[in-house]
Amino acid sequence: MSEPVLIGEGMTGGYGGADILHSCTIAVDKGQIAVIVGPNGAGKSTAMKAVFGMLNLREGQVRLMGEDISALTPQARVRKGMGFVPQNANIFPSMTVEENLEMGAFIREDDFRGTMDQVFELFPILRDKRRQAAGELSGGQRQQVAVGRALMTKPSVLMLDEPTAGVSPIVMDELFDRIIEVARTGISILMVEQNARQALAIASKGYVLVQGQNRYIDTGQALLADPEVRKSFLGG
Amino acid sequence: MTGYLRNVALFAVMGVALALTGMYQSWVLALTILNMSLISAVMALGVNIQWGYAGLFNVGVMGFTAFGGLAAVLIAMPPVPEAWAVGGFGAVLGLMLGAGTIFAAILIWKRLPPGKLRVLALILTLVVGYMITRFVFAPATAAIERINPATEGYLGGLGLPVILSWPVGAVMAAGLAWVVGKIALGLRSDYLAIATLGISEIVIAVLKFEAWLTRGVNNVVGIPRAVPRPVTLQQYDWVQGVSQRLGLGLSDTARVIELTGYALLFVLVLAVLIWLSENALNSPWGRMMRAIRDNETAARAMGKDVTRRHLMVFVLGSGVCGLAGAMMVTLDGQLTPGSYEPLRFTFLIWVMVIVGGSGNNWGAVLGGFVIWFLWVQAEPAGRWLMDALTSGLGVESALRSHLMDQSAHTRLIMMGLALLLMLRFAPRGLIPEK
Amino acid sequence: MELLNAIVVLANFVLIPALAYGSQIALGALGITLIYGILRFAHFAHGDIMAFGTGIVILVTWWLQGQGIGLGPFPTALLALPVGIVATVLYLLAADRTVYRFYRKVKAKPMILVMASLGVMFVTNGITRLIMGPSEQRFADGERFIISVRDFRDWTGLAEGLAFRSAQALTIVVALIAMSLLFWFLNRTRAGKSMRAYSDNEDLALLSGINPERVVVITWAIAGTLMVLAGTLYGLDKSYRPFTYFQLLLPFFAAAIVGGLGNPMGAIIGGYVVAFAEMGITYAWRRVVGYLGPEGWEPAGLMQILPVDYKFAVTFGILVLVLIFRPTGIFKGRTL
Repeated sequence: MSEPVLIGEGMTGGYGGADILHSCTIAVDKGQIAVIVGPNGAGKSTAMKAVFGMLNLREGQVRLMGEDISALTPQARVRKGMGFVPQNANIFPSMTVEENLEMGAFIREDDFRGTMDQVFELFPILRDKRRQAAGELSGGQRQQVAVGRALMTKPSVLMLDEPTAGVSPIVMDELFDRIIEVARTGISILMVEQNARQALAIASKGYVLVQGQNRYIDTGQALLADPEVRKSFLGG
Repeated sequence: MTGYLRNVALFAVMGVALALTGMYQSWVLALTILNMSLISAVMALGVNIQWGYAGLFNVGVMGFTAFGGLAAVLIAMPPVPEAWAVGGFGAVLGLMLGAGTIFAAILIWKRLPPGKLRVLALILTLVVGYMITRFVFAPATAAIERINPATEGYLGGLGLPVILSWPVGAVMAAGLAWVVGKIALGLRSDYLAIATLGISEIVIAVLKFEAWLTRGVNNVVGIPRAVPRPVTLQQYDWVQGVSQRLGLGLSDTARVIELTGYALLFVLVLAVLIWLSENALNSPWGRMMRAIRDNETAARAMGKDVTRRHLMVFVLGSGVCGLAGAMMVTLDGQLTPGSYEPLRFTFLIWVMVIVGGSGNNWGAVLGGFVIWFLWVQAEPAGRWLMDALTSGLGVESALRSHLMDQSAHTRLIMMGLALLLMLRFAPRGLIPEK
Repeated sequence: MELLNAIVVLANFVLIPALAYGSQIALGALGITLIYGILRFAHFAHGDIMAFGTGIVILVTWWLQGQGIGLGPFPTALLALPVGIVATVLYLLAADRTVYRFYRKVKAKPMILVMASLGVMFVTNGITRLIMGPSEQRFADGERFIISVRDFRDWTGLAEGLAFRSAQALTIVVALIAMSLLFWFLNRTRAGKSMRAYSDNEDLALLSGINPERVVVITWAIAGTLMVLAGTLYGLDKSYRPFTYFQLLLPFFAAAIVGGLGNPMGAIIGGYVVAFAEMGITYAWRRVVGYLGPEGWEPAGLMQILPVDYKFAVTFGILVLVLIFRPTGIFKGRTL
């Protein structure tokens, strides 16, 4: 088995107090979509934050393209090629869409206009609204700004924490379409999703977490077909 | 129990410092410092009620203190009958009209449905109300100020015993705090700070410029005393006896006895206040207040009306500041609106609370003592320090004489450093919260 | 004619002075609002550090005057400005290193930072008075008037005169330049945008690789520059006294809150609102109304809503109105 682009292997740890993750493993291959699902409080977001370096691991390690990055800060991981879209407060509300993207490219020294054009091609609505304050956009558009901002560093992996939280089903479908398109450009995607059924449908790999442990790991289709998974986690 | 012993020791050190001042400088000075320390302690207690119990940031201590001080004039000074005759009715009616206007404006705002009509009615009420008020008020106050301006020119007071002004001053300051709190509480915490900063400047402006009420910058002097004057005391046989036994001059003895009298009164007030505050702090009410302070969101979620509780604490604390203000004017025997300076009457009190230990009543009291003592003694110390620092410059140096002239200001630097160092290295203060 | 006279009186006593005063308040309020937006606390040492910086400018001005160096019709203080600005920025950065940075690191509550700024205020207050003394100091020189009352009367033949003092003109021009530069910086440069981003969303700014310490340094530098500008212009236009500068804290905060704390455009507009209200409400309108009313009629009273002594009450009144009706300010707060 070849080394995945990003892997958090045997992660154990929490926010100081009791461990939330217990030897949990999450990985994503190049250009693929990996989805973390599970019941409330299963440690989905925690697992993602662990991969991004936002909590200290007691055991296990995180590797990006084979390189051990466990000791790096989130900011350093961004420089290494990881993009992260937090669940809340993921844009600069008073700044224009264009400025949001510029801030996404803050660490880049080179000319990033090409990347911005790519983002605008991916999310055409943002091109029309690029002079508007991001905070004035609709929920779905704001999520596009957030994803666009994270893409500005040309990451090899994009991590999304519940990107469809609080948006309408139509907007959700559109967002998933966009995410598939991003993956087609060769960017690996790791996301945490509340809407497990829809997310698994587009996932090449699904991780079902329960109480901070891996319960099922399989392709999205296989998990959707598994009666056990359907019964326990997808509501029948 | 070691904490308890430590606290007793801290107060003992303070007592020794005062005693040394008495022995090596003078007893009058030591007692003067003690009295002002007691008053400062009361103020610090008031601020501590607001900050320590509830986390409210009051930057207008000066205003509440000065407003409370006004009570001493209004209660104790003899009334000026001529002034009342020419303008008393107009002044009182004017004040009532002004209050009525504001009340009417509030009613209109609350009762009428939102819309252009409401705004129009509000503006009309305020403008007409203002004009009527002014029409009644201005001639009355002008007439009052013309009555014997060299010594009077104001309405005077009620001619009652000056001690009565202490509770009255507290109530006046509390009333003012209620108005300020109604406006500024429940918003961002900084807003209360700015609002109190503003109201304190306004209170001072009123004291300075409403001569019909306070004689303004001409000061009200000769406020009746709570303790007999030294001149009176000197005539008593027992005072002369004490003087001989102590080997102290008669006038000094009389002054010491007078100051001791005030000190006893102040200690009494402080003791009652501490007893009340300690009981309040340890009551279910006090626990709830601290719970609100430590986690406002959780308290709100539990259905506590945080803003109302804050208003109550704010009013109580400001009332205590007002009480201290009335005590201070009583001690001074005069109201001098020009002498109120925010640095001294607001920010120094804050240094006392932070250094003493916010959230702890005894801490605030100790802070009042320590900081006031340092404030007084830092002036000669600053002079000495500056003298030592500039001694290399030679006696004729212009820079040296300039710095020596301004050396009193070094105590501001010392106070600032004390505040910064405590905040950084011992943020819980000399006597931390339990 | 009467209308013209009324306008001239109004301009002379209200409009021009308020425009200058408003510019001074706006510069101060801009500093308050920037510090609030980035460092997230109400900076109580603002007035006193302004007095400190202006004190340095005055000392350098005196020295230059002693050397016979001047700017002809312009005040010598302009030459001294850079020294004052550098000294003040260094002073602020030193305060940040020794005092504020620690509380940032431990993520202290904003009120603790405010308390620390009280400590800095005390120290600065002491230093300034030690150097400058507590009393009034004069340092204005150069041409006093651009238009004097007599010249204006001669030119126009109007009964009323209008004076336009150079300090007022200077204030307005310098403030305009400073504000334009600030907005250019905030909206057009990478560093400026990173400041706005940090103010908008601190965590996301960190994630984007923006260095918070750099943002903080830039903020102090800008705030310090604005303070010295505001202080020097105020001193030239009116007078320099440390305590007066402390008292400016109230209009500064009022302006910043009126405009929405953290919003630079709001702070500027707030500054002018406060200044025009103060001037308009404490001005005796008798002569203006006299010109506008019927021939030969003049109002009996001064037509003054509040005496000048209560100008703080006006500021406070505006503050109260905003707190009651629109607590977030005219513009929404915290949008740098």
